[in-house]
Amino acid sequence: MSKRKGVYGSKIKKATQMLFYKRHQKPGVKGWELRKALGSDYPKVLDLLDDYLKPLNLQVKTIFEEEKTPEKPTLEELDKARFYVTLRGDLATKDKLMGWRIDDLAGLAITISYIISKKGQAARKDVEKLLAEKMPNWKVGLNIERYIRYGYLGQDDNGQMFLDWRTRAEVDQKALINMLLSSDAQKAETAEPQEESSEEEEQENE
Amino acid sequence: MQSIKQQKALGKEKLERIIEMCIAIENHTADPFTLNIDEIIKIVREYFPHWEHPDELKLDAETLHHLASVIKLQSEWVKQRSTSLYTDPFLLEEKILQIGKQEMVNVFLKAWNPLIEFEQISLNTLAQGLLYWEALAPLSERWKDLDAAEVSMGFASRDELIKQGVLGDREFSEELNCYWQELRECVVKKGQDGKINYWDFIGADTYEETVQRAFLTSFLVTYGYATLEIDRLEELVFIKPFDKPKTEILTQQSTSVAIAVSCEDWQKWKRGELD
Repeated sequence: MSKRKGVYGSKIKKATQMLFYKRHQKPGVKGWELRKALGSDYPKVLDLLDDYLKPLNLQVKTIFEEEKTPEKPTLEELDKARFYVTLRGDLATKDKLMGWRIDDLAGLAITISYIISKKGQAARKDVEKLLAEKMPNWKVGLNIERYIRYGYLGQDDNGQMFLDWRTRAEVDQKALINMLLSSDAQKAETAEPQEESSEEEEQENE
Repeated sequence: MQSIKQQKALGKEKLERIIEMCIAIENHTADPFTLNIDEIIKIVREYFPHWEHPDELKLDAETLHHLASVIKLQSEWVKQRSTSLYTDPFLLEEKILQIGKQEMVNVFLKAWNPLIEFEQISLNTLAQGLLYWEALAPLSERWKDLDAAEVSMGFASRDELIKQGVLGDREFSEELNCYWQELRECVVKKGQDGKINYWDFIGADTYEETVQRAFLTSFLVTYGYATLEIDRLEELVFIKPFDKPKTEILTQQSTSVAIAVSCEDWQKWKRGELD
């Protein structure tokens, strides 16, 4: 029994390393990579790791290749899926903007919400028009490019924008729309924006 | 009463318009429900008995294929509307326009779970880097210099260039003119109907000379001194000189003709087997 515990202990350590440290250009690890490193019982290892991460308000998140999450994923679907560690929610540090400027984050939020409302696809020119309502024109293009670079948005050859892998991994789309619709618009612009300039922003300004 | 030809033309035009509309829908520039599928099917059915030729049937099949794509998009639209994620886009858009940035950020932060990733270096990765560096050959070994002796710059005379074969002993235009005259004489002597077989003109005693003649011939054609006539059925190429060079050819868009002058072909020509 203790030997079995030891085996899983070392597998959890290995999985932690793989999931926390960047291995490729994109963060996260593919299922088949985990299977190769941890064995075919890697879904169980990830479940155990998730339990460990719970008190830290972190979670192992699975993003399947298909947009919809299967109810009972097959091993093949899991192999093709990508696994990440994300914040679980309700975390005090979330009050801080994770290094983002409030304008940029608001722009991202607006863009994501708008694309969701347009059934997952919207013309870039419409997104630009929407952002330009509250953002200087010179910044609109720069911000959209940044959202694309980070993996929040994608753009096809027809100039149609869609939600990319990072939005699928990080944003609870359903919750966002529900909260947005139930939020009180009258509260708008009441609070002074707390701005945090990210390292990248500072570098860009230089 | 419309003739069958007119009906066909009308039918084709209608199908082409339907395809255009379907493509616009597929590219998300139009709403999938702007197309009344039942009406479209009626039109497709109405004209189907008129189609006889493969291109007409292809157009019919293409229309049906695009219609199927539109039906798929309509079905996705219905599915999306039926999910709990669906919200009225106008309502949402209105909300987005009204909401302040602080409020928007507050809402977003509740639904946002950013990824955790470390980019910290470890002793192990440093050691791996050092090992790699140690094994890496210096740039001087990997990017070897070209083995070329350095020479000082100088001037070369025309005679020297002719001797080295860079220039011919005659001006090129002069040479081309002489060659054109030669072609005209050849056509008079050996040709028929003002033209001569390409190989009969360029063929010479040596392969090198043949290639050189083919090279000059290409300029005769390019600069409007002669033209090529190709019999694709018999696979024969003839060259036909003009009485006067046609300079306007140089201002027109022309097509290139590639003619292989291989040593094998030259040998066949020599043996009289090329025809």
